[in-house]
Amino acid sequence: MPDPITPSAELLKGLWRENPVFVQVLGMCPALAVTNSAVNGLAMGLATTFVVVMSSLLVSSVRRWVPKQVRISTYILIIATFVTVADFALQAWTPALHRELGAFVALIVVNCLILGRQEAFASRHSVVPAVADAAGMGAGFTLALVMLGSVREVLGMGSWFGLSLFGPRFEPWVVMILPPGGFLMMGVLLLLFACVADARRRAGGRLYGGREAA
Amino acid sequence: MSGELLAIFVGALLINNFTLAYFLGLCPFFGVSARLTTAFRLGLANVFVMLITSLAAWGLETFVLVHAPYLRLITYIVVIASTVQFVEMLLKKAAPALFRALGIFLPLITTNCAILALALFQTSRGYGLLQGLVFALGAGGGLTLALVLMAGLREETELSEVPSLLRGTAMSFFIAGVLSLAFMGFAGLFSGSG
Repeated sequence: MPDPITPSAELLKGLWRENPVFVQVLGMCPALAVTNSAVNGLAMGLATTFVVVMSSLLVSSVRRWVPKQVRISTYILIIATFVTVADFALQAWTPALHRELGAFVALIVVNCLILGRQEAFASRHSVVPAVADAAGMGAGFTLALVMLGSVREVLGMGSWFGLSLFGPRFEPWVVMILPPGGFLMMGVLLLLFACVADARRRAGGRLYGGREAA
Repeated sequence: MSGELLAIFVGALLINNFTLAYFLGLCPFFGVSARLTTAFRLGLANVFVMLITSLAAWGLETFVLVHAPYLRLITYIVVIASTVQFVEMLLKKAAPALFRALGIFLPLITTNCAILALALFQTSRGYGLLQGLVFALGAGGGLTLALVLMAGLREETELSEVPSLLRGTAMSFFIAGVLSLAFMGFAGLFSGSG
């Protein structure tokens, strides 16, 4: 589907239609590792958004001067610089959160979502659409992480963003905040997405008598 | 001393398995785990790269980064990627058989998150040279174990009847969840010694 490149379309596609986590299944490591609570998911999502937006900004503005042969190394260096900035900023402002996220803040640098945006989009477009695309992808990633984190926190601890929801009678599903819960919940969410996509395709087929381009 | 090394090894291999407890290296875990032999080779390549990484990270941390810790992330990435590429060329010349077995995977995993995490964990836990190498062996072995188990299970599910919606990524996640549950049984294996 050849969309016209407008900033708002670039911004919106990352939220749902090309959601990095649920549709492209990218950036799985942080998406599962830190989402044992909604706050952690939000912090990780925002840090990743910062890195991808700044990297896209820089990559798209220097794209004419970067030789093809060394472009990947250049992108990695740019990304690593901004990850270091984000890492130190988190450490300075919210030390408790930084301890909780641990090495995963530094590991944003190898999140394939970020490098993917530089290679697939920022290196071929001018600054405004590149930043819009990055912001959309970052927002989609944040949305997915907060969703995962919320479900896991609500089921696993009976609270949401630290607020107790069900009172003392609630028996928490401890497994949800442990590693297996991450895998299982991700499986459930992917299944839901597949169901929605399938239902839409069927509805489209019935209405238009043809296959909808996914 | 040897008890401590054993604890590091088993800890990285089973208790805190990189893939199933820390969610590291999930891309190859879901991407390349369809065939058993491929999965095993990828695991071995991972062990190999992890040993080099551990060595490189130790060298950098001891001799270079004491004066500039804020450059750690950038240096690690660049040095690990180029060292692996260099060893790859060396291997092509010196051990062509080994290169044919592992070669195609090496570029894939040089900037894998499991590799970088190994270097970062090793640094933050203050492991020395020997401890680092044992840690790398354990972590690499753990990745291999997880990959091989996953590949075996996926080969089995090829033949079973599964609802079409579940086939593919969603089911891989459920299998991984069950595997991860099973590996949680190893927790507490070394709790006595520490």
